[in-house]
Amino acid sequence: MAFFDQLGFSSLTPGMVFTGFIGLVLIYLAIRKQYEPLLLLPIGFGILVANLPLTHLMEPGEGLIWRFYHYGIEWEVIPPLIFLGLGAHTDFGPLLSQPRLIFLGAAAQGGVYVTFFVAHAVGFSLEEAATIGIIGGADGPTTIFLAAQIAPQLLGACAVAAYSYMALVPIIQPPIMRALTTEKERKIRMKKSRKVPHLEKILFPIVATIVIVLLVPQSAALISMFMLGNLFRESKVVDRLTDTVQNSLMNIVTIFLGISVGATMSAETFLRKDVIFIFFLGLFAFMIGTATGILLAKLMNLFTEDKINPLVGAAGVSAVPMAARVVHKMGAEADKKNYLLMFAMGPNLAGVIGTVIAAGIFLTIFK
Amino acid sequence: MAEEVCAPLSGKVLSLAAEVGSLVEEDDEILVLEALKMETVVYSPCDGRLKEFKVKVGDQVAEDDVLAVIE
Repeated sequence: MAFFDQLGFSSLTPGMVFTGFIGLVLIYLAIRKQYEPLLLLPIGFGILVANLPLTHLMEPGEGLIWRFYHYGIEWEVIPPLIFLGLGAHTDFGPLLSQPRLIFLGAAAQGGVYVTFFVAHAVGFSLEEAATIGIIGGADGPTTIFLAAQIAPQLLGACAVAAYSYMALVPIIQPPIMRALTTEKERKIRMKKSRKVPHLEKILFPIVATIVIVLLVPQSAALISMFMLGNLFRESKVVDRLTDTVQNSLMNIVTIFLGISVGATMSAETFLRKDVIFIFFLGLFAFMIGTATGILLAKLMNLFTEDKINPLVGAAGVSAVPMAARVVHKMGAEADKKNYLLMFAMGPNLAGVIGTVIAAGIFLTIFK
Repeated sequence: MAEEVCAPLSGKVLSLAAEVGSLVEEDDEILVLEALKMETVVYSPCDGRLKEFKVKVGDQVAEDDVLAVIE
């Protein structure tokens, strides 16, 4: 009999089967539909193995994946390293050439704050509400970073919600964008941006780090890595480092991030009715963020000569560069010679910074 | 009178959509650029004959670079 108890089959619960099945669905979506495959594939597999019984993979102090999770995520190592790579991938040119569009990236964080209050009102603790709200920033590493520190029990669900909604940007955003803008507004062609001198691109990561870290010290881990990666890129003297953080290092940490995040979703943490709320609230956050970005752009148009196409406001939710692509496509639908891509990248990048700052503010309050 | 077709945004030339010497009308496709892994079509600003391409497939272009000349 003892032999049979050692077999996994006898310890399988319906909850494990169901949650493991969700892992399989994510693997399917990653391979078949190519929804964020670099993340959803390892996450899906992590969920699958975490729901096989008697493995001890997530046993504290013992399990293999627990070690990845503990040293990588609980120690806050992996999300900042991802930001290092993102920084090296980022060209801040579009943001610097139209600095006024930064406000749109800030406005789209409205979704984060509104959802924070709503989530708290429906019964989540303040820490949990903050973590759910940050899903609206549509920024995976930031969501994971914040969750690990103030609401680790929600980490898996929030990360999966954030990454799924990022993949669904082209489906979620357009109806909202269409509803809030007129055909005429969508046709607005924006005035050419100025050329950004190289010196400015070098100074930006340095100055931004100093200013943001002085204002919100708790955002330092993410912002400093993000800007260091960007400085590597713009300095043009350390191509080897730029290449490593953009590619090899990024790929390595992505593997450990994905599998650890997936493995946090065991049946007992995932199969709670809270999780359904998290998915709804995350979606809500995302939609509100899209709307507040567009509305601020329309508000700014009341006061400026040089009109902004309000569609670019929707790119203020981070999801780089997916949200910017959606804006570009919708602009081109209204007027095929309207090229909004680079204009949308400005608020898009500002949105990333805005979400990090929002996370920093939550950390300052709740940690 | 020649008119220049300029790049509306920076990116890589993915394909040429018209032939040199052919007649093009305003809004016809001239070439396709790729930026941020997205295809962006560049259209003709006027009617005329496509005189030459100033770029070839695979070239990296900056905003406002001349891509082609129409006369």
